[in-house]
Amino acid sequence: MTRRDLLSAGDLSHTDAVEILDTAERLDRALAGREVKKLPPLRGRTVVNLFYEDSTRTRTSFELAAKRLSADVVNFTAKGSSVSKGESLKDTALTLEAMGADAVVIRHSYSGAAHRLAGWVHGSVINAGDGTHEHPTQALLDAFTMRRRLRGGTGDLAGLRVSVVGDVLHSRVARSNVLLLATLGADVTLVAPPTLLPVGVEEWPARTSFDLDVELPDSDVVMMLRVQRERMAASYFPSAREYARRYGLDARRMAMLRDQSIVMHPGPMNRGMEIAAEVADDPKRSTIVEQVTNGVSVRMAVLYLLLGGGDSE
Amino acid sequence: MPGPALTPNVPSATVLDAHDLARTVDRIAHQIIERTAKSDVPAALVGIPTRGVPLARRLADRVRAFDGPDIPIGSLDTTLYRDDLRLRGVRPLAETIEPRGGISGRLVILVDDVLFSGRTIRAALDAIRDLGRPSAVQLAVLIDRGHRQLPIRADYVGKNLPTSVDQNVRVMLSEIDGSDAVLLTGALGPEGDSE
Repeated sequence: MTRRDLLSAGDLSHTDAVEILDTAERLDRALAGREVKKLPPLRGRTVVNLFYEDSTRTRTSFELAAKRLSADVVNFTAKGSSVSKGESLKDTALTLEAMGADAVVIRHSYSGAAHRLAGWVHGSVINAGDGTHEHPTQALLDAFTMRRRLRGGTGDLAGLRVSVVGDVLHSRVARSNVLLLATLGADVTLVAPPTLLPVGVEEWPARTSFDLDVELPDSDVVMMLRVQRERMAASYFPSAREYARRYGLDARRMAMLRDQSIVMHPGPMNRGMEIAAEVADDPKRSTIVEQVTNGVSVRMAVLYLLLGGGDSE
Repeated sequence: MPGPALTPNVPSATVLDAHDLARTVDRIAHQIIERTAKSDVPAALVGIPTRGVPLARRLADRVRAFDGPDIPIGSLDTTLYRDDLRLRGVRPLAETIEPRGGISGRLVILVDDVLFSGRTIRAALDAIRDLGRPSAVQLAVLIDRGHRQLPIRADYVGKNLPTSVDQNVRVMLSEIDGSDAVLLTGALGPEGDSE
């Protein structure tokens, strides 16, 4: 991979995407069962986690990934920083760069924040979620999880049938997943009420459907999206109960799935809303815990491939 | 004797043909049996990808064929431990597989096709340190072509091959390359006075 930044899942070619997944698989196996979970390739490199939005798993996942590759990690959260004194994103970025950051991992509530940042700093920029736009490393870890569970951990996802269900409108996870899954050859169906599908969805490389019960029997993967109430100013559906009845994945619906099919959720979950507790905790189908574990390996691969080689300048 | 030219205008000579290569592997296998028989520490053969891995497998097979011990094999990718990672850019990773029973307390015999600068072996020693603590580490190579940049030597050498720095030693193994041979390319004479 020759690029410097990871801003959109759509920027990745088929070769890039498979290279990241292969590298993640190798790194994961290199560390499996080891007492010292540490590899040396990013020694002396500095990775800054620049988080303007709350996050548990993504921030800790990036931090762990960078540390396992021996990088120095600086965690920056907007709360308790100069941002509360009114410092702009650009000034913050330039300050961090002046301190010698080789990579900036950014999470921001504005779509496009990562792109802007990439134009201002010399180091690598990794988009860890920008508004309702993209979250490419989530898409990569989801693809990694699907590949491991259903494709033996090699190659691409040609012909895999994936249903992405729920709040597509506010979901950067859905957008990044659709782009990456299409690159990897999967057939994606977006299942949502019409009010939760974005304008222009017909341009996406995916089919749309309003009826979950029709899609389930044909799905290899069911990816449930979190209903993002914090981003909802208006009401997009009559009530939580009504939503759960039509688009929630409960035990009855899970029984409609084929034997090997898996259930995914990017977390954090609204149990009882988009996913029932017994589905989320199902030991055979649910990959929710695995997704978190795989996230560290995939982020290690991204950091290694972006930073492990020589200086790009 | 002239071998097949790999690229136009670059002379190439066959150093070992398939028969020589098999005999060389057999000889190393005998030496391993001899030297491990005296000790009660169990051995493990650990190949360095790419071609060290099939070589380790062949050595284990031959040792068993000569009524030696059943030595477990593994592979050890050194990419992440190289000191030239930043100079040469990101490279794809190869597989690391610990030999059955691990490496701690064992005699680890590293296996590689060509010993040159010694930097790969240094990286392998660093990688081993992260995996465990062998009781000893030895090195087996098919070809030692000289030009060491570090104080590293091999315990088992298939063939010492004097080369000049700008020559290229190419080991071909049927598992990867379809046939067995060792070629020396860019060769005008074997003793490094080319150009």
